[in-house]
Amino acid sequence: MSDAASANNTPATPATNYARLFERVALIGVWLLLIAGFGIAMPTSFLNWGNFAILFASYAPAALLALAIIVPLTAGDYDLSVGATLTLSSCVIGVLNVWHGVPISLAIVLAIAAGVVVGLVNAFFIIYVRVPSLVVTLGTTSLITGIVQWMTNSSTISGIDNSLVMAVVGGRLFGVPYAFYYAIAAAVVMSYVFDFTPLGRRLLFVGRGREVARLNGIAVDRVRLGALVASGGLAAAAGVLYAGVLSSADPYSGLNFLLPAFAAAFLGATTILPGRFNPWGAIVAVYFLATGITGLTMLGIPLWVTNVFNGGALILAVTISQLTRGREASDIG
Amino acid sequence: MALTNPDIVPLAGDDTAAHASAPPVLRLSDIAKSFGGARALNGVSFEVLPGEVHGLLGKNGSGKSTLVKILAGYHAPDPGGRMEFNGEEVALPLRPGDFRRLGMSFVHQNLGLVPSLTVLENLRISDLTSVARGVINWSRERQLARDALARFDLALDPDQRIDRLSAVDKALLAIVRAFEDIRAARQRTGAPGLVLLDEPTPFLPREGVEKLFGLVRSIAAHGSSVIFISHDIDEVMTITDRATVLRDGNLAGRLVTSRASHDEVVEMIVGRKLARLAQVRTPTTTSRPPLVRLENVSAPQLKPTSITVGKGEILGLTGLIGSGYEQLPYLAFGARPASSGSLAFAGSEPIPLANLSPRRAIDLDLALLPGDRQGASGVDSLPIVDNMFLPDIERFFVGGFLRNGRMKREAKALGAAFEVRPNDPLKKLSALSGGNAQKVLIARWMNRKPRLLLLDEPTQGVDVGTRQHIFAALRAAAADGMSVVCASSDAEQLAEICDRVLVFARGAVCEEIEGDQISKEGIAEACYASLDKSPPRTTTAEAGTVS
Repeated sequence: MSDAASANNTPATPATNYARLFERVALIGVWLLLIAGFGIAMPTSFLNWGNFAILFASYAPAALLALAIIVPLTAGDYDLSVGATLTLSSCVIGVLNVWHGVPISLAIVLAIAAGVVVGLVNAFFIIYVRVPSLVVTLGTTSLITGIVQWMTNSSTISGIDNSLVMAVVGGRLFGVPYAFYYAIAAAVVMSYVFDFTPLGRRLLFVGRGREVARLNGIAVDRVRLGALVASGGLAAAAGVLYAGVLSSADPYSGLNFLLPAFAAAFLGATTILPGRFNPWGAIVAVYFLATGITGLTMLGIPLWVTNVFNGGALILAVTISQLTRGREASDIG
Repeated sequence: MALTNPDIVPLAGDDTAAHASAPPVLRLSDIAKSFGGARALNGVSFEVLPGEVHGLLGKNGSGKSTLVKILAGYHAPDPGGRMEFNGEEVALPLRPGDFRRLGMSFVHQNLGLVPSLTVLENLRISDLTSVARGVINWSRERQLARDALARFDLALDPDQRIDRLSAVDKALLAIVRAFEDIRAARQRTGAPGLVLLDEPTPFLPREGVEKLFGLVRSIAAHGSSVIFISHDIDEVMTITDRATVLRDGNLAGRLVTSRASHDEVVEMIVGRKLARLAQVRTPTTTSRPPLVRLENVSAPQLKPTSITVGKGEILGLTGLIGSGYEQLPYLAFGARPASSGSLAFAGSEPIPLANLSPRRAIDLDLALLPGDRQGASGVDSLPIVDNMFLPDIERFFVGGFLRNGRMKREAKALGAAFEVRPNDPLKKLSALSGGNAQKVLIARWMNRKPRLLLLDEPTQGVDVGTRQHIFAALRAAAADGMSVVCASSDAEQLAEICDRVLVFARGAVCEEIEGDQISKEGIAEACYASLDKSPPRTTTAEAGTVS
């Protein structure tokens, strides 16, 4: 992963600054140290490929969610509703496919469409009504959560079409279930868009300087709308993966992904391409957090530690980026 | 009265006899201030009498703002100066906040009101937020606010939010607050206070200025004094009793306004006799084909104005603050909504400004370099190369990939041509000095070879060397046929690069200076002289030509 990352993102600087290089790979180093630490503590149970294969697959929805978040973050808007959108999407699949017998492929299309609609609703209030994105998406989170509970009668729906389950966790490549590779594919596409298309630069300028972007002929509102719709769609895709991983639709647990995904987005902005929200950084950060939580759980540490770990990581990530590059404007205005 | 400058024109005797018994509210003697080697103030003395409205006049850079900052305790004056307030010696330098204890308060141009709070909260803000108080008695506060507003006949609802007020009411409220803020000091000493108004009027409509003057007079009627700083000579003539004029850090003169003429005041500010030329057009030696015509462009601070820019012409726009000239580049680019107007390139259909967006303007080969470099022109936290090629990034998208390498190479070449130092396109824009950052942003637009380049204060905060680079680049491009419109308050800069300068007053073009007539002093003079002959008229319809 780290190889792919540096190949994709490093514009070869003539005089490579070692401090900069260290900053880029520091999180990967800390991740390896973490693995080594747990490995010493639990040589057999932690340090085996099967354990990592499960970890990679089960956190794939979280990875996709982190990718979803960084699109509007780059354009300068928060989207807190991604966690609820993930739940909505997986429950749309559950309700349509299990209860109404809708073919799974159509159910998936409709689930993604639901995510796009959430993005459009957010965009309407954020861009046209000019309500701060934090407030709008906090509101839509609660709104969607309520709709999901009504839709599912607050019950878990099991028995989702096996073809989805097979496509997500049925097959393995290098021992790792497919789910992981969907997240990687999304990161490949995103890093292409971010780094190798004019759209990526526009997104960045819209996030860092709206007026600058506008006066340079960028359709700022359209870019922001696109970013919010993309995050809705990606979050819905994460929901599809989640339904496949669980082979059921759970109206409650999806929101638990929100905090780790945000932590990963910000932590990811301190690595690979420090100072920018970047897809490979987000992926590294998701699995760094996942490794920490899995290791701690396996050590038998009580459940509350997970929350402390995630919350601590989020605050630490933002603190690090503030300390190392305090002179620079942050992405979020 | 210690006169320290031989230039002084002592028009004023000590003839404000009415107040002769009381000591002056403020007496400054020999106030000097140097920054590094440069003298900003050169031993200035003046006094403000009780119940007097005293004008403080001078061009940009004459030392007015330095003087204000010394009074506010922001700058320490050079040793040797003395200050008396109501006859008592005050130790210099003042500490920040001393002015309030003495009984002096300031209203700056931005007024310092919090838009999202109410009239009551803004009016009583210094009391409401003072550390010493415990619980706020709102009914008492409301009554105090009502009393204060009633004293000055200001019909404002204490619970109204500031952002719902008109510009005039905001200014009036800020002045009432300034006067109320020194109430405690005035009651303690029983002596008059001093309110200093720093350019309060440029953005107010005429009738608003009348109201403001009414308020100023009633403060003076309370026995306190007002220092009124303005560029608008007519206003100064109307409202002040006496005035002090600064020029290049020296005291240029004092006058009793009722006895001075408009021209005498301008002469004292500008420093030479007004050459009232009967606006003789110098015969045009080179005629330039017109390139673009702006027709009836108007906006809230700008009356319908029509301008023709010749091909390869550098046209300057200037005027005093608030005169409306600074809006034209933005209106012509579709960056701010215009109330009316259209833009037409020679030989093509006019485009209503309402339909113009920055995107469309760029496609028409227009370019705009905004005055706010960090907020509107470039993004400091992103690399130079991305800032340079922002409007034409599509050009580098070939075969499905953004050619980052080619962008970098072109940025390097462009940086070298514009002498950007250090010329490393991958560095962030913030790594460059202000002047070099401006070179990058000007290179961005000039590289596109626009037909018309619109500039707003292109050399603000830019060092002298960089200025010369930018001027040379502009001249070279103009010689190649690019037209330039440059809005600037800097007369020296306009004189150096412009073929023609339009001087604005009260939202309309009031004077046109061409060719040999253009000089730094001439422009400054026209700015001041403009005010008494600014009936709305559209000019320059005939002016696609230049000498």
